[in-house]
Amino acid sequence: MEKSLQEVENEVVDEFSMFDGWLDKYEYLIELGKALKDYPEDKKTEDRLIKGCQSRVWLDCSIDGGKIFLNADSDAIITKGIISLLIKIYSGRTPQEILSSDFSVVDRIGLKENLSPTRANGLVSMIATIREIASENL
Amino acid sequence: MDVKELRSLFPALGRKVYGKPLVYFDNAATAQRPQSVIDEWTRISVESNANIHRAVHLLSEEATEAYEAARESVRMFINAPDRSNIVFTSGTTASVNLVAFSFGEAFVSEGDEVIVSECEHHSDIVPWQMMCQRKNAVLKVLPTDDTGHLKTGLLDSLITDKTRIVCVTHISNVLGLVNPVKDIVRISHLRNVPVLIDGAQGIVHTKVDVQDVDCDFYVFSGHKIYAAPGTGVLYGKRQYLEKMPPYMGGGEMVGTVRFSGTTYAPVPLKFEAGTQNFAGAATIRPALELASQISDDRELDRYSCSVRDFLLDSIMSEARIRLYGVPDDRDEKIPLFSFSVDGVHHEDLALILDKMGVAVRSGQMCAEPLMDRFGVTGMLRVSLAPYNTMEEAVYFMECLHKAISMLG
Ligand SMILES: Cc1ncc(COP(=O)(O)O)c(C=O)c1O
Repeated sequence: MEKSLQEVENEVVDEFSMFDGWLDKYEYLIELGKALKDYPEDKKTEDRLIKGCQSRVWLDCSIDGGKIFLNADSDAIITKGIISLLIKIYSGRTPQEILSSDFSVVDRIGLKENLSPTRANGLVSMIATIREIASENL
Repeated sequence: MDVKELRSLFPALGRKVYGKPLVYFDNAATAQRPQSVIDEWTRISVESNANIHRAVHLLSEEATEAYEAARESVRMFINAPDRSNIVFTSGTTASVNLVAFSFGEAFVSEGDEVIVSECEHHSDIVPWQMMCQRKNAVLKVLPTDDTGHLKTGLLDSLITDKTRIVCVTHISNVLGLVNPVKDIVRISHLRNVPVLIDGAQGIVHTKVDVQDVDCDFYVFSGHKIYAAPGTGVLYGKRQYLEKMPPYMGGGEMVGTVRFSGTTYAPVPLKFEAGTQNFAGAATIRPALELASQISDDRELDRYSCSVRDFLLDSIMSEARIRLYGVPDDRDEKIPLFSFSVDGVHHEDLALILDKMGVAVRSGQMCAEPLMDRFGVTGMLRVSLAPYNTMEEAVYFMECLHKAISMLG
């Protein structure tokens, strides 16, 4: 049976609990960032760009069979690593499933400062956008 | 005084982050505060908390005294002719907005022109843009060259008989080069155009004498020069301040109020409507006392130049690093370095450095036109204060190398 969204969230949190130092966490995120599947250059368009003061994030969503599929990229590698986690958790899920999450996973893996809403950060807007798309497609 | 003694005056410098000693290299954003400033804020709040300029009771008198003593200390610090040249505001941004509005009302009409430089902080761009929109005036830009120097030679040809004001930063918060403000004032005055100088960084790193520079307005924030946040200064020549209408109406800024009409208080009070941040403003006095002491101290000066030179040489010698704001001569550079590293994003570097205990700035630094000018989405910036040490600078370079190698 397919794992539930919450199960994948917990898996990600478990994975990160193995690292005790931030250095290891960041090294792992950098690896994930580098391994994130190529985002097509022609989809790096203004309308897919989530602009922050720091890193830029491009988010491309498609809906297929009632499920939302996400593809995203960033010019910053740590953000890209976090994006890869978000895709793993939220891509290929139904709007209901997505909205059942409180998106606290980034906080739970100890990367809260990357998601401070007061920071003009593409990632914060990315999560808001994923939520928005889910609500629009309920 | 040596740097150790100086550091001991700043309680925040003792703190640890992520179990490591804090290396605070984001001083251009805000400086740490010395105990004397914290004490003054506390003293006003504990002993003399009363609204200023209003009541006859003792507390009010004491609070007013502290506030006006701060005004006098600003006057002395920048060598203004008179206390009435000094208007207290909430910061550089508020000072620029005040001038943009009130000067605009008094002196700018349709088709007139305002000149700003390409290396301005947003707070010396947007208020002028807003005023130009309101007045149907035109905003013109004095460009910088590839090394970050203003093309001052172009200024005379940019000025027309429609130019009403020239606005330049004393030192850009991105480039860290001291701009030739005296030349800019001279060139502008020959064409009868007044000059506003954004001194947010200049006040911290140079000795400012507004009469010598002969600028018409000089603005800065308290929090970047060790005083409380939410404090700021507008220095203005009387000839302008007097002709400018008030920015805000309210209590304190008035002469007489009748429903048939109101007269205004004389400058500077005309521009200080409502209850002021008197506890904050009072801290400007001890802050500037320390700033004077620091700038008069030869030993501290030599030391901070050596730290600056070390960082300048280290950064310039890295093939992968591109420095923005390259000095022709070391002494025109303040200890502020904005740069990018080939193939590495500024945000990634800042995140990793943070975890190593080093607080730096990354991003656009409120100067998007300058980012566009250099074709980048952001930069990494380290900005030092006199209390930063050579050991911290060396540690920073080590951390930077480590972060770069982590990021590949
Ligand atoms: C050159 C310059 N101008 C203006 C400002 C704005 O200062 P404040 O935010 O204190 O009003 C800053 C600080 O960020 C600055 O560095």
